[in-house]
Amino acid sequence: MAVKTIAGAQVNVSEEGYLEDMSQWNEDIAKEIASEVNIELTDKHFEVLNYLREKTAAGEALSIRSVGKSGIIDVKGLYKLFPKGPLKFSSKIAGIPKPSSCI
Amino acid sequence: MDSIEKKPLEKVCFICAKGSLEDVYATLVMANGAVMEGIETHVFFTFFGLDGITKKRMNRLHTATTGNPAMRTPGGKPFPTMLGGLPGVESAVSSMMRKQMEALDMPPVDEFLELITAGGGKLYACKLAVDMFKLTEEDLTDELDSILTIGEFYERCDGDRTQIVFT
Repeated sequence: MAVKTIAGAQVNVSEEGYLEDMSQWNEDIAKEIASEVNIELTDKHFEVLNYLREKTAAGEALSIRSVGKSGIIDVKGLYKLFPKGPLKFSSKIAGIPKPSSCI
Repeated sequence: MDSIEKKPLEKVCFICAKGSLEDVYATLVMANGAVMEGIETHVFFTFFGLDGITKKRMNRLHTATTGNPAMRTPGGKPFPTMLGGLPGVESAVSSMMRKQMEALDMPPVDEFLELITAGGGKLYACKLAVDMFKLTEEDLTDELDSILTIGEFYERCDGDRTQIVFT
């Protein structure tokens, strides 16, 4: 575990840069992590991020399939929002642990 | 000192030549996983692997209940080969496997193909095998990119960070 300063806040991150404590997350942190992977966050991004955070808080495992069925966005749209990392990048930006799902 | 430069995989090309439930799913899980990692992904279906993209068959794939030494009963006991040969057993076991996979959030084949193409993965059918099984493009999934000769498939496998995986 390491402490990193993101958007002026001290947060605990894993070796790969995922937040260790999702309660340390805020929108500015999200924006800064997103900019590292060249994503500019829109309202639609935040809708997805909040969904991911809710599901994670409820202890549910995430997959692109379940996000695609959430009613918020379809899988194609998810790839558009988070190119080359629909689950990996969205989880990182949402301040939740690296997804353990293979699908 | 860490002087070795990491060279991440940029492209992966799968060849799916077998049509059993586990063979097709192995291809689909790996291909979808590659797409999710941002790796350019191409999947070539040939011979019995074509069942995985044939509309009438893709959601009804079977697992072999005979000649499969790894086969177990749900309780983990050995599964007698003689039992596997009885009418209806292969069907029942396969349907049970599909249910267990669904419980793990593994989608049916048609939906799985959509996940792969939604992320930009490309699906192909082998021309030789399509001709051999007397199939047409209408018989195959709408997610199909095209029917290719093996030479055309290899053309798509270029690049020095590319791997071809035969499943």
